Amino acid sequence: MSTPIELPKWADVSLVPILAVIVAFLVAGLVVLGIGENPVKATLLLLKGALGSGEGIGYTLYYATNFIFTGLAVAIAFHAGLFNIGGEGQATMGGLGAALICLRFDFLPWYIVLPLAILGAMAMGALWAFIPGYLQVKRGSHVVITTIMFNFLAATLVVYLLVNVIGKPGLMSPETRTFAASAHLPYLHEALAYFGIIIPKSPLNLSLALALLASAFVWVLLWHTKLGYAIRTVGHSPTAATYAGISIGRITLITMAISGALAGLLAVNEILGVQGRLLLEFSSGYGFIGIAVALMGRAHPVGIVLASILFGMLYQGGTELSFEIPRVTRDMIVAISGLVILFAGALDGLIRRPVAGLFSRFLKSGV
Amino acid sequence: MEIYSTLIAILESGMRLSVPLVFACLAGLWSERSGVVDIGLEGKMLVAAFASAAAAGATNNALIGLGAGIIASIGFALIHGFAAISQRGNQIVSGVAINMLAAGLTALVGNAWYAQGGRTPPLEGNARFQPLTWPGAETIDQIPLIGPVYAHLISGHSTLAYCALVATLLSGFVLRRTRFGLRIRAVGENPAAVDTAGVSVTRLRYFAVIIAGVLCGFAGSYLALGQAAGFLTNMTAGKGFIALAALIFAKWRAWPALWTCFLFGLLDAVAIRLQGVMVPGIGQIPVQAIQALPYLMTVILLAGFIGKAIPPKASGLPYVKER
Amino acid sequence: MNSVAGPVPAIALSDIDKRFGEVRANKNVNLTVASGSVHGVVGENGAGKSTLMSILYGFYEADRGTIHIHGKPVSIRSPKEAIAVGIGMVHQHFMLVEPLSVIDNVMLGAEGGAMLAKGEAQMRAALAKLAEDYGLVIDPDAIVGDLPVGLQQRVEILKALVRGADILILDEPTAVLTPDEAEQLFVLLRTLAAQGKTVILITHKLNEIMAVTDHVSVMRRGEMVATLKTAETSPEQLADQMVGRHVLLDVSKGPAKLGPVRLSVENVVIRDAHASLRVKDVSFQVRAGEILGLAGVAGNGQSELLEALAGIITPTLGRITLDGQDLITLAPTPAERRAQGVLHIPEDRQRMGLVPAFSAAESMILGFQSDHEFGTGPLLSAAAIAAHTAKEMDLYDIRPRQTSLKTAKFSGGNQQKIVLAREIEHQPKVLLVGQPTRGVDVGAIEFIHKRLIALRDAGVAILLVSVELDEIMSLSDRIIVMCGGVITGERTPETTNDRDLGLLMAGVTERAA
Repeated sequence: MSTPIELPKWADVSLVPILAVIVAFLVAGLVVLGIGENPVKATLLLLKGALGSGEGIGYTLYYATNFIFTGLAVAIAFHAGLFNIGGEGQATMGGLGAALICLRFDFLPWYIVLPLAILGAMAMGALWAFIPGYLQVKRGSHVVITTIMFNFLAATLVVYLLVNVIGKPGLMSPETRTFAASAHLPYLHEALAYFGIIIPKSPLNLSLALALLASAFVWVLLWHTKLGYAIRTVGHSPTAATYAGISIGRITLITMAISGALAGLLAVNEILGVQGRLLLEFSSGYGFIGIAVALMGRAHPVGIVLASILFGMLYQGGTELSFEIPRVTRDMIVAISGLVILFAGALDGLIRRPVAGLFSRFLKSGV
Repeated sequence: MEIYSTLIAILESGMRLSVPLVFACLAGLWSERSGVVDIGLEGKMLVAAFASAAAAGATNNALIGLGAGIIASIGFALIHGFAAISQRGNQIVSGVAINMLAAGLTALVGNAWYAQGGRTPPLEGNARFQPLTWPGAETIDQIPLIGPVYAHLISGHSTLAYCALVATLLSGFVLRRTRFGLRIRAVGENPAAVDTAGVSVTRLRYFAVIIAGVLCGFAGSYLALGQAAGFLTNMTAGKGFIALAALIFAKWRAWPALWTCFLFGLLDAVAIRLQGVMVPGIGQIPVQAIQALPYLMTVILLAGFIGKAIPPKASGLPYVKER
Repeated sequence: MNSVAGPVPAIALSDIDKRFGEVRANKNVNLTVASGSVHGVVGENGAGKSTLMSILYGFYEADRGTIHIHGKPVSIRSPKEAIAVGIGMVHQHFMLVEPLSVIDNVMLGAEGGAMLAKGEAQMRAALAKLAEDYGLVIDPDAIVGDLPVGLQQRVEILKALVRGADILILDEPTAVLTPDEAEQLFVLLRTLAAQGKTVILITHKLNEIMAVTDHVSVMRRGEMVATLKTAETSPEQLADQMVGRHVLLDVSKGPAKLGPVRLSVENVVIRDAHASLRVKDVSFQVRAGEILGLAGVAGNGQSELLEALAGIITPTLGRITLDGQDLITLAPTPAERRAQGVLHIPEDRQRMGLVPAFSAAESMILGFQSDHEFGTGPLLSAAAIAAHTAKEMDLYDIRPRQTSLKTAKFSGGNQQKIVLAREIEHQPKVLLVGQPTRGVDVGAIEFIHKRLIALRDAGVAILLVSVELDEIMSLSDRIIVMCGGVITGERTPETTNDRDLGLLMAGVTERAA
């Protein structure tokens, strides 16, 4: 039990998460088997659905965009030793922020509305994470519980606003009016068509570029700025941070705000990119899957992008799969995410320990 | 008189809505009192709801359904226990995983088995827990003022609703008055003290986690076999988190947990009642404001603006013997 | 059969051996404790006292050796088994559940049945009897967290006694007590012994040993070096045994060229988070070009003092000045102290001085992360940091010379050199040094000592906190000793010796030369 779980870095960042995903898939395969379907066939269909066509790839990347945002949000908080499980609420508020700007200013040209709306999404997401951070720093209430409560508060607040204030009257489901075209973030197929490149239609939009930009930003921030250094110091060793003159409270507030802003960006993909209006539950669980993505990507932007593509494949492939085998619904993907969180997170030692054991045996016999 | 009957109806509805909250809240209480944070109440309730509906449907026996719900919930509780106690993993991460796993699996398996979009076939008769009508309820109902109280508030609830009362009573009693309860209260505050007193921390925490599983089993079974007639996808709809909020509000104590859950259930009932209703002098009260109250009050309480909710000191921390 | 004549001892430990990884914490330890006596166990930090007692209480299992209790061989694998053979322990950090009442705490693990009611009645009676027999009066319904420390300790003692312990181990029991409370405790221990209980008292304070014990055993570096009758020994002899013969390290240093007073500490009082007094009215000065050694057994207030000087904690009372400027108001935070030239090599490099998960280069800028040298504006330049680190690694011979290697992968000596290099290279006016050679190999020790001397000769004021007497003796120009939060004496290496310092560290002031 007391053997230190020490692994070479490459194994730590690649082998362990990959094994965790494999174990999660094996368990999921057993479930598929249990409901009387062929897991191999299901896997092949899933892969085909995700990567078998240009449209499929487009959808895969569109879903991946969401996961990159929420994965980064969880990851940056991890680096400061914080657990932000409020991605859902922050994304919801991000949607509200974007929508408020669009509803008010979508008569303006796109180069004004879109940046404003993106900032609005970030600002509202940041606010919704900053408050729990503030309550932890100043009042001692833990961010985990507060962010959970804030998820529900965001949901009820947006329902209220959609029903009573900003919703379009006369609709069955509460939603706003459709924004003007100037507030629409172009689809990738539209953008490329402008340059004469024709790709299949899909909801994939320029948010993907924003997501990659955000990944690069997080990478630079964490490993190439003074602030990132402070964030990581606080996360690894609060005592060393205090010694180094870094204010833990200040870093907590800043990190939570950045984390919330990243989660808020989810709304750019969904609201500005695809829906063109604010509606309920557009964040549909992406916030939580962000936890799986961050754990699997070992909280590193590159890992997160790769893990997001994997989950994007699962989402898109899972949708196609459910058309082919209706008994295997997309809920499968939620279950797999849960398993990934379990094996890459809480039961991490279960995989890490045998791997470390193998390594030490291998190294000993090798010398 | 009509106001009175409305009041009775709201109270009655609030009581019904609070039953699953009470079970789940007590589940969280046992777990967290022993030092294991449990944000997976929601997931455990959900698997219990599904398993109970499936088993009750197959056997046409609500009790067997309840048993299946409890077993499924204990299974998930043990996963959490294994991660939190034996593996010393992150308890929050484990709880999130349990919730997602439960949401995904129940919907997936439900759809595969019954092909009704994730729901189980409607249950009726013996497959459900029917309301218990107390002797003479109908006659007494006619008596003004006291009659409806007896007929609608005391009589007429599902067996499981009365079980919730018993569970509160038992939890309070066991925690307060028994050896096991004393040890649970101690292990969540200072496991080292329990260890040096010659008592196994691991065993105690596993016991507590299993009790939480049993109680979530009741909560889920009530949803599927008492309140509704079968399982619906994601039918817990955040009740596990409301229960968590209630637990904080009750400051991790059994009887206050009951009252808080009743209050939250009542808020829910009021919100349903007020939907679209014009209140004279005020206008339409936004339902969402009432629905948000439990969460809002919990945030405010946790931040210490009114009173202070202090969780058991060792909750969330794996126990490692010091060198 | 036991070949030794006389009454059967309460405890007989033979050939106890215990290893933690590389460290051999107990080496063939033998200990015999007579029934009905108070037996002291003394030794410096890391001498192996706590390990030995933990073995006796079933926290650890010995790798080798036997335990006899009242002549019977026993194996003690858990606290439960220790309790069963009549051993009770009062831990230095109390094992109490603060929100629970006294009676609940006392009953925990000895409830006397599944329901509390019956056992509780018996327990109340037992507590009443103990109050009568030993004067251990306490309100059984008081909440433990509300009680003063002295009474909390009483609850610990009661816990052991109601379980029928006839052997009571107390680990540094006076560390948290006021002198009055300590006096009461000693009276109690004598009473217990008079009534036939056996008491083991672990301490490093020699006057406690002299005041209350019948016998005393001395441990040093995992070995039991002597067991003596208290009446036939003296603090001087014990101090000799405790510290052993220290070899003066081979540090060549010339006479100090004393400059003006740099750092001045005036009447500093520090309370910790639990409001208990850690430093009680301490004053001293450090001059430029001088190494002031601060000796003492760990946990006597040196750590708190060091952290207060570095700006990590704020003293409750008192003044700290640098060149006459008040640091507490002018530079309250660690960052501001650093900017003023007060640099700090902390006692615990793993938790404070470094971030083990960081690369060597990242650890090399801890505390200086905002310097322009390491990046313009908000950016941090990896190249600049790596270049700086590579330069320092050459200067300080830090091996391996890999700036990107994880800090945790370096040996203790090389980790310490990272900290040393970082702090020294930022031109300190005052250098606060805590345990500079703890867990450091011999080669690195010499290197570190030479650097500190060179720094002193360059006119830096150095405060050296160490529990290693040989280090204090070899490096210091002047020595102050702390015990129990106060300075018990000031010496120079020429006017003192190990025994003298040992006595001061043990709080024996009046006998000291």
